[in-house]
Amino acid sequence: MAREAYISGIGVSEVGVRLERSPLGLTLDATREAIADAGLTMSQIDGVATYPGRMPIFLGFSPIGVDDVIDAFGIRTRWHLGAAELTAQLGAIAAAADAVRAGHARHVLCFRTVYEAAAIARPQEYPPMQRQDVSGLGQWSVPFGAFSAANWTAQYAMRHMHHYGLTREQLAMVAINGHANAARNPRAIVKKPLTLDDYMAARMISTPLCLYDCDRFTDASTAIIVSAGDALDEVGGVPVRIAATAGSVDRYSWDQGDLPSAYATGRDLWKATDYRVKDVDTVQFYDGFAFQPITWLEGLGFCGLGEGGRFIEGGTRIALDGELPMNTGGGQLGWGRLHGFGFAYEAVTQLRGHGGARQIPGDPRVAIATSGGGPMAAALLLARD
Amino acid sequence: MKGARPRPRLDADNRAFWTGGAAGELRIMQCRQCRGFLHPPRAVCRHCLSEDVAPAIVAGTGTVDSFTVNHQAWARDMEVPYVIARVALDDAPGVTLTTNIVRCEVDAVAIGDRVRVLFEEQDGIFYPLFEKAG
Repeated sequence: MAREAYISGIGVSEVGVRLERSPLGLTLDATREAIADAGLTMSQIDGVATYPGRMPIFLGFSPIGVDDVIDAFGIRTRWHLGAAELTAQLGAIAAAADAVRAGHARHVLCFRTVYEAAAIARPQEYPPMQRQDVSGLGQWSVPFGAFSAANWTAQYAMRHMHHYGLTREQLAMVAINGHANAARNPRAIVKKPLTLDDYMAARMISTPLCLYDCDRFTDASTAIIVSAGDALDEVGGVPVRIAATAGSVDRYSWDQGDLPSAYATGRDLWKATDYRVKDVDTVQFYDGFAFQPITWLEGLGFCGLGEGGRFIEGGTRIALDGELPMNTGGGQLGWGRLHGFGFAYEAVTQLRGHGGARQIPGDPRVAIATSGGGPMAAALLLARD
Repeated sequence: MKGARPRPRLDADNRAFWTGGAAGELRIMQCRQCRGFLHPPRAVCRHCLSEDVAPAIVAGTGTVDSFTVNHQAWARDMEVPYVIARVALDDAPGVTLTTNIVRCEVDAVAIGDRVRVLFEEQDGIFYPLFEKAG
């Protein structure tokens, strides 16, 4: 057991738009819930990890860093990490798993706090991003009005439509599935299902992505406790084993190369485990944009390259009672933009059988959670033993 | 896309790309050892790790690899819609440029379209844009 890492606790704050509660308060809410869920106390936390760390250039994107949490919550750490140049959001959890396997910590608090909606509503407290000369990767897209990852992701989706025949009706199933599941999740922002007619009538953001294909700014915090296998005797509840992680990149770019990193990461996840596609009971795929779950379905081998649209066609296969329930909590399109960490939260919820009205049938034992788009990709394979 | 474009911060690696338009030239970094092209431009060849790299003048013709019509005004005073595209350059294998397709209706662009470069100057930066060829 000493070389294993587990998710021992999960927590999430209120998820909303333009919340009044402070981002540190939201982080405390999520942390308290996760620690209680793990049967631990704050004094037992000896590691902290987050993505991307506090971002002063746009505080709403990430207002809380590792340093805030360590100091504000009185945590004495032996290991911590807060970095933007990780594999992707869930890379913070993968790194925490490595840390506890190596013995650097016993219980790591991993968190992600977002405050974009509130920050934009309160510019006096959270100054908006300043227009300045662009450098780094951004200089190859932003000067051409490609400001958003919506624009970058849309071009991958257009290629898929052209080369493999993806249709808007197929793509719609990601948002429709997310809305249907969110309607069964009392903590989700979205409260009611989405019809295909509503979807097809929605305004375009960046073709082929319409309003419902893009997540929207959310205020929330999600916390995940990662515990060492030899510390499980301190843990209550049901631990879920982090059976494998991956975060592979072929090209670190949004516009060079043909495929986003979900493909390289999906390929490599299976090299790190004896589990196979057929063992997976549910998938929680990053859906900041609706096209991204299609890249994960293909990249992880649930279907072949170019077959993702047909795989989700009609939506029955990915529904709660389908053969591969996907984004059972609503995903970011339904629950809210928890920015990656929500997928780990939901995977653990399902594996424990705690999904309530959205619980998938049977006895789910294996789940995949992913995050990222473009050159960013992180995948976690989670198993309940 | 109309109005002021965000300005790239010039440095030793990217200056040739962003200012080549002054001479009507699209300049892509090339390795003088293995002849491979590298974009974004950097001081090391990603194919053979040689540091003997220099900007090369390419023809400025290519094919639309993908595109999107942006309808969202991401900032105030933005005029939409406009076409954002990835253009695969004819004579720089492996290099695609994110750019705008201009001088045509936004619904007139398709993957596979042949395009050629033109430059839009703003404060000393020459933005390489593309228009449909033929």
